[in-house]
Parts: sequence; structure tokens; C-alpha cells
Amino acid sequence: MGLSLLSGLAQAEMKLNLQEPVTELGHKVYDLHLLMTIVCAVIFVAVFGVMFWSVFVHRKSAGHKAATFHESTTVEILWTIVPVFILLGMAWPATKTILAMRDTSNSDITIKATGYQWKWGYDYLKGDGAGISFVSTLSTPQPQIRNEAEKGADYLLEVDNELVVPVGKKVRILTTANDVIHAWWVPALAVKQDAVPGFIRDTWFRAEKTGTFRGQCAELCGKDHGYMPIVVKVVTEDEYAAWTDGQLKAMAAAADDPDKMYELGEFLPRGEKVFAANCAACHQANGKGLPPAFPPLDGSKVVLGPQDDQINVLLHGRSGTAMAAFGHLSDTEIAAVITYTRNSWGNATGEVIQPSDIKMARE
Amino acid sequence: MTKEASVEADGRNRSTLIRLVVSAFLMFGFGYALVPFYDKLCQVLDINNLNKQDTDVPLNTQVDRSRSVTVEFDANVLKMPWSFKPVSSSVVVHPGEIATVEYEVSNTLPTAMTGQAIPSYTPTQAGQYFQKLECFCFQQQTLAAGETRVMPIAFLVSPSLPKDIGTITLSYTFFEVPGATAAAPGDSRRAGGG
Amino acid sequence: MAAIPGGADHAHDHAHDHPSGIMRWVTTTNHKDIGSMYLWFSFAMFIVGGIMAMVIRAELFEPGLQVVDPDRFNQMTTLHGLIMVFGAIMPAFVGFANWMIPLMIGASDMAFARMNNWSFWLLPPAAILLTTSLLVPGGAAASGWTLYPPLTVQMGMGMDMAIFAVHILGISSIMGSINIVTTILNMRAPGMTLMKMPLFCWTWLITAYLVIAVMPVLAGAVTMILTDRHFGTSFFNAAGGGDPVLYQHIFWFFGHPEVYIIAIPAFGVVSQVIPAFSRKPLFGYASMVYATSSIAILSFIVWAHHMYTVGMPVAGQLYFMFATMLIAIPTGVKVFNWVATMWRGSLSFETPMLFSIGFLFLFTLGGFSGLVLSMTAVDVQLHDSYYVVAHFHYVMVAGALFSAYAGAYYWLPKWTGHMYDEKLGKLHFWLSLVFFNMTFFVQHFLGLAGMPRRIPDYALQFAEFNMISSIGAFGFGLSQLVFLVVVLKCLKGGEKASAKPWDGAEGLEWTVPSPAPHHTFETPPIIK
Repeated sequence: MGLSLLSGLAQAEMKLNLQEPVTELGHKVYDLHLLMTIVCAVIFVAVFGVMFWSVFVHRKSAGHKAATFHESTTVEILWTIVPVFILLGMAWPATKTILAMRDTSNSDITIKATGYQWKWGYDYLKGDGAGISFVSTLSTPQPQIRNEAEKGADYLLEVDNELVVPVGKKVRILTTANDVIHAWWVPALAVKQDAVPGFIRDTWFRAEKTGTFRGQCAELCGKDHGYMPIVVKVVTEDEYAAWTDGQLKAMAAAADDPDKMYELGEFLPRGEKVFAANCAACHQANGKGLPPAFPPLDGSKVVLGPQDDQINVLLHGRSGTAMAAFGHLSDTEIAAVITYTRNSWGNATGEVIQPSDIKMARE
Repeated sequence: MTKEASVEADGRNRSTLIRLVVSAFLMFGFGYALVPFYDKLCQVLDINNLNKQDTDVPLNTQVDRSRSVTVEFDANVLKMPWSFKPVSSSVVVHPGEIATVEYEVSNTLPTAMTGQAIPSYTPTQAGQYFQKLECFCFQQQTLAAGETRVMPIAFLVSPSLPKDIGTITLSYTFFEVPGATAAAPGDSRRAGGG
Repeated sequence: MAAIPGGADHAHDHAHDHPSGIMRWVTTTNHKDIGSMYLWFSFAMFIVGGIMAMVIRAELFEPGLQVVDPDRFNQMTTLHGLIMVFGAIMPAFVGFANWMIPLMIGASDMAFARMNNWSFWLLPPAAILLTTSLLVPGGAAASGWTLYPPLTVQMGMGMDMAIFAVHILGISSIMGSINIVTTILNMRAPGMTLMKMPLFCWTWLITAYLVIAVMPVLAGAVTMILTDRHFGTSFFNAAGGGDPVLYQHIFWFFGHPEVYIIAIPAFGVVSQVIPAFSRKPLFGYASMVYATSSIAILSFIVWAHHMYTVGMPVAGQLYFMFATMLIAIPTGVKVFNWVATMWRGSLSFETPMLFSIGFLFLFTLGGFSGLVLSMTAVDVQLHDSYYVVAHFHYVMVAGALFSAYAGAYYWLPKWTGHMYDEKLGKLHFWLSLVFFNMTFFVQHFLGLAGMPRRIPDYALQFAEFNMISSIGAFGFGLSQLVFLVVVLKCLKGGEKASAKPWDGAEGLEWTVPSPAPHHTFETPPIIK
């Protein structure tokens, strides 16, 4: 309905149908949706063809005299029974597609996707690459969102660390969440699964071709619900092997030496990264926060006060406020981000917090 | 209308009113009744079944060597400064066979803290074929400052597991039990009403 | 004489037939006064909710953040939903019920006149709570009108105000419904059997039962959220043995019947208007009653089709899919009956008829997109996308709102004693029709292409359709002011309306003069 009318607009790169699917299940869903839409359109045209015939022919202004009939058992039974058969015809392919959706067993690779406010964490649990673990956050720079810079082609659909999977392998995604309900949705892969805190759910896909496929969190999860995209990069098996190898090596190398002493200059860039990934959503990249819920750090009493108090807030959070505990970050990361906050924007304490300080505070 | 008719209509209205008000209150209660009903339904269908203690496990079950099932293990902590992970990420077992795996948990805090682990399965219906003989999730766990603990789970997968389930994932999530002394699981449940 | 417990009140009314000043409205127990207050209140709320919709569409006019920050945006979508559902559409139809049901069944007033007054006067405090929650620290509830935990547990005091407002609105609508059921069951004029009642009364009888059955369930659900927030319970918190998904089950057990609480009175209005302007009796009256009842009953067993992606067993998905598809059958019967009513009639197209045909056409479109969404596999793709937003606006706006306009234009002469300005009425219809489709039809494409709902900013490939949709929304919003002008003009003057200004109209309401006097049917009419 209306699809053909608007097909002219399609030239203007306006997509009128589901995204081009790249999984077998996706093709099934695509076809099922198309079939349903066509059946509905045909019935719609038939019913309203009758109505508009009536509107044009049986008008009072055209001198039509009203008939007096007001029931017909035969017709009424007929238009109750016929839809039943149409619906049965629809239910058959719909049921087949549901049954095809559910078999999540015997995957080649299992990855856990954990929803956080507002980013995704990925843990490779099974298959090549088991042990890889990273967090994937929006990489679109703030100036683009604030309309201070030209928006890139993948505006809001780009992340720092993409989820990499091999082509043709059955990938099982376990979903869970750390705070509120999120939903992991990649349209081209035809998967959407809610991520419920405290529970795991699963879904799966087997990508038929390589490429980068983009999706978003689909369940309202708070302020930055619109800013936690999902990017899945499907690569060949060789590329995947190379990638996992590199990741595992990098992870081993990145394990920071907790006893290292840092200089202010070398530590700030690290702190800025940690800040962008964990803190900027609430406290803002410019440190001004979003009061009253999210206080500014620029000029904050806590940030400019005793170091131990700030370390304590980061490790344990602050109950009764939106400030969460960040004890899961490494000593080096916490030290870096505290150093960063104490030496950025208007803050200039010159202090460098060392990983060993954090270690001590934990003990 | 006569006066008698009016009085009669008044009475009728009042009885309708009472019936409808009672129905409204019953439906309010029904909303609350959905809570235990849902729990029961989940228990029967074995969805989201928390704190299940599988006491009546038939230990002499026949081991079905004709097929094997992959059991994957996963661990999460919810807003807690604990690190928690399975020692091995998966095992392959025959249905009916008792297997033991371990999880490692450590408290990164300078103070003692109590947590409760909640299990969750996928596929959800696999839960009813998964019998835990021993599990750290049966009790709350209190970890001293900086303590690391290795905790076992002994389990078996029932031989009646449907043939089309080849992989089961068991996932635990640790929650903080605020201000808790070690109590039995379920005591914290809906404390304060409901 | 009137059979109301507040008989003394009634006598009092007699003594001063039209007390003046504000106290007339505060103390009134007259069903026509209360009906008018309901209608004005709902229109005011419609404007407030509409302004929020304008803010939403302004933010979505182009990519990037321009108008509001994301947190405010979520507050806007949440309050827009709550206000439109509980503050605008539901009270609007209660207003119609108050005005028209006693007139249609030949009763002198509603059964419980004083309770009627209370149920209206609960609404303004609830509205104040909802709107002022925008000003408290932390802002209003920002969790979507569905109020899913655990997100609702994180919010500030705006959330508590929203929960309290929902409680009040719930109590008001339950009291209103009790009144309607009692009036219809006990106060019909002699000879007015149930199967002789105008269909509007039937649809409201069924709706009122739905309200009494499900509003308390919603009250229970939000109370559980309240105690989870403040009193340490863990209904929806896995850490304490609860389950967030349980809330969704309870909410949608209320939520799906709620959809029909909104739609069924709309069916009733259209079933009055179409026969009047077709100059032909309603086709299949009895099957309309049965179809409406089946829709109401089916609405209780399909709730989990709102939750296909939470992870439910295949058997559950199949069951809810089949049950949902079943609803298409009685709904189809109704549409066929309306078309058959028009068939070989003698049609004329005054504004009420135009809005009814608009309703029929667009509501059916919304029904079809609902059928597409009932297919679990397709729904998994479209759930929480703009396709769903388009779907339910076709049902709520083109369904409920268009039919409310049809009813308003149809009965305005009876209410005011003047004919409305037909030219302006038609202008209102055509502007609404064009801008409505411009706003919402393109949202189907946005959903199909993968745009999630409730986001303040979007990727560039969604830009064109969002701009079209926003322009449509501004147009739609402005067009509604035409209606305000029509009503004000009609109140002030205009051509005198006869007792029965529509030659094809049937029913007792057309036997009393226009405007309807303050007291009608003090002696019940006899129905042959």
C-alpha cells in the first residue's frame, strides 16, 4: 500500500523496506514481511475499493435512494469464515520462521554481550578467540552531535571497538546487562534480543557475507539510549584468525605493570581515554556535567580535595546518587583517570596519582 | 416514576455499585497474585528459576554415553567490585554423568562484603534438566577484604534432556546483599512486603 | 424520578437550576456539565501532550541535538504518552459517555451523580502532578510511558509523581466506569432492552468492564515499582529474587486491554455516525455487539505479543502469535459491517462522516500493520522500532482521535444549539488527514530501515523521512487549532440547530431540543 506510489522517492536513497538481510533467517523474515504486506495490501484495496465505489456511486447528491437492508446472515458468516482461512494461510509460514529462529545450539563461537549504561561489553567465551574481552563505545565525536562539526557517514553508528566475527560460522550471542534492560539489535543480521540484568538470554546468526553491519540498542535504557550502537564486522576466517591472534597478544601486552611510576605528561592521554569511555557520558567531555543529576568535575570540591576521598568515590561509588562504583577498572586506569580530572579544564593540581596508590586504597 | 420505584432503583444501583467496587479491589489483588503465579509458572516451565535447590536428585541415573552435551559457563557481577570468572569456560559431559567445575571469585574491596549468585540458563527450558548437587549459589557468600575463593559446582545433566539441545549455558550473576549477614538464600526475597 | 442516591443534591439543583460562577462547575452533579468539563479537560490535555509531541518532532527534525538534551527528550516522550493516553483520549470518551449515554437510554442523569463529580475533579490534580514533575530536580519520569523497571527504579522524584498521578487517574476512570455500567444496566427507559440500545452504549458498557478489570492491575504494578523504589521490596530486582520481566507481564496484562479501552468507544461513535449519514440502519447490529465483546475478551489473552524479544519459549511465542491473529477476525467483521452500512445508502459527507470515513480507512491500515507485527519473526525485527510508533499512532490518532472528532462534530449542535461552521470543519478534516499521513506513514519506512524508537538523535540515512515526519507533525498540530476555532464559534452563535439537525440520525438524543436542556427525561420516555 502506497509502496508503489512512493517508489519514485526510493531513488532519493530512501529505504522503503527492511534492510538487505545477510543471514538465512534474515531472508526468511524479509520474505515473510513482504508476503504479509502484499496480502494485507490486496485485502485493503479490495475492501476500500468497495467503500469508495459506494462513496462515489451511492451519494445523496447524486440522487441515490437508501436501501433498507441491515443484516444478512449468509454474508456475515462468510466474512467471518474467509478471514479464518486467510489467517491460517499466514500462520503457516510464520510458524516455520519462528521454529527456524530458535535453535541456538552447537554454535562455533559464543560471545557474551553485556549492556551497560551506555555501552556494550563483549566477552568471547567459546571458539577461536575465547578470552578476548573489550568494551565497545560510541566513537562519534561530541562536536558532531552538537552540530559544531560536519557529521560523518556513519554518524552515531560507529564504535571504537567493533565486534569481529568470521563469515559462515554460527555465532551465538548471549545477552545480559549490568544495570537496566537493553536490547542488542542488528537489523541486517535479523537479531534482536533483550539484555536483562541478572539473567542471560541468547540469540544467534550465521552471516553469509563479509562486511560491516550496524545496529543500535533497542530498549530505552536512560539518557544515552540513542548513543550505544552495535557494529559487527564480518570477516573471512583468515582475517578472523589474524584478528584474534592480535587481540590476545595485545591483551597480554596491555596488562599494565601495576608498580610502574608515571609522569604527568605520559599519563594524561591514558586518563583522557578512560574518561571518554567511562565518565564523559554524565560528567561531559568538558567536565561541566549535567547538573543537578550529574555534577561538574571542573572546579569540583571532590576533585580538588584530598586524593583519598576521590579514590574512594571511584572505587565504591556514592550511594543514593547516579555515581556508580568503578572498582572493576584496573588500578592503572583509575589512577590515570583521577590524574586526568585533577589536571584538566580549570583544574591544575599538578598531582599524579600512581597505580600503587589505588592498590593501597583497595587494601 | 413513583416513589417506590425510585427506592427500588436506588437499591439496585447500590448493589451494582458494591459488586463493581468489589471487582475492582479483586483485580487489584489479582495484580499482586500474578507475582506468585508467575513464579510458579516459571518454576514449572523452569524459566528464570532462581535459587533452585535440586535436593531430590536420583544419583543412580543411567549415564547416556551415546551423546554428549557441551555446558558453557559464564559469570557476571552486577555493580559490585568483585571479580568473578569460571575456571574453565566449558566442559563436555554425557547426560547422567556427574561433573564438577569451579568458579573463582575475589573481593577487590578493603572491606568484607556479602553477595548472592543467581543462576540463569539458556536455552531457558534447559534449566529443568540441569541438576546442581552442590553450588555456591545455594548460600550467600561473604568474602573478607581482598579474599579470593575458588568455589565448586557439582552437577549433572538429566538423560531426559531433549535431543535437540546440544549446548547449555549456565550463567551466574553476583549481586551485592546490602548489609547482610550470611542468611539462607531467599530470605532477602521481597523483604518488607509483597 | 431520578434514581440517584444523592437525591437531596438533585432537589438542590432544582432550586437553583443554574448556580453561577466557578462554584457551579465545582459542585455540579449534572451529567451534561460534567461531560462538558471532561471534554474541555481532555482537549486541554491534548494541547499539552501535543506541545510535547512538537518538542519531540522539533528535536528529530534533523540529525544532531538542537532543542532539548537527551534526558529532557525522554521526559517528553514519557509524558506525551502518559498524558495522551490517560489525560486526553480516555477522559474525552468518558466525556462523550457522560453527555450522551443518559440521553441515549432515556435516563435523567448518571446513576451516581456525586461520584460523577468526584471522578472528574480527580483529574486536574493528576494533570498538575504530571506536568509540574517537569520542574522538580531530576525532571519528570523518563522511562517511557510503559515505566519498565529497573530503569524506573533509577529515576528521581518525578517518577513518584508520575506513579501517584497514574493512581489518581486510575481511580478516576474506575469510578467513571462504575457509574457508566450502573447507569446502562439499571437506568434504561422502559422498553429499552439491551439489544435495542444504540451501539455507542454497548461499546461503553464493554469498555467500562475492561476498565474495572485492568486499571486496578496497573495500579498494582506501579505500586510494586513504588515499593521497590522506596520500601526495599524486590518484585522486579533479580538480586532480591524478583524479575524485571515480571513487570512487563503485569503491565501488558493491563496494557493490551487498555488499547481496546481506547479503541472500543471509538468504534461506538463511528457506529452512530456512519448510519446517520448513510441514511440506512447499521448493518449487522447483533454481530457488532458480539464482535466487540470478542475483541474485549481476546484482549486479555494476547499481552505477551508486546514482549517477543524478552526471551520466551517457542511455545509461548507461537501461542501469543496465534491468539493475536485471532483478533483480526472480529475486527474484520466490524470493518465489513461499516462498509456494508454505507453500501447502497444515500451518502452525504458532512464533517462527522468525513472523520468517520477517515477513521475507517486509517484505522484499518493500523490494523494491518498490527497483523504484520503479530508475526513473531517479523516483530522481532520491528519491535521497539518506528514501525511500532507508526502502527499505534494509526490506531490511537487516526482511530480514537478521528472518531472523537466525528462524535464532537456530530453532537455539537445538540450540545450548543448551533450548527458548527461546516467549511471550517471540512478544512479541519482535510488538513488533519493530509498532515497525519505525512507524519506517520513515513515512520513505517523508518522502522523497517532500523530506526529505534525513543532516541533523540539518529543516523544520517533516516534524515529525509524524519524531516517529512516533523513537517507533517507541525502541520497536524496547527490544524487542531482550527477545531478550537470551530467550537468557540459554535458556542458563540451560528445557525440555530433544530432538535434533529441530521436527517438520517436515529436515537432518543434527537428527541430533546437543541441545545439539550439542563434536565432531560425526568419522566422516562417509553420505547416501543
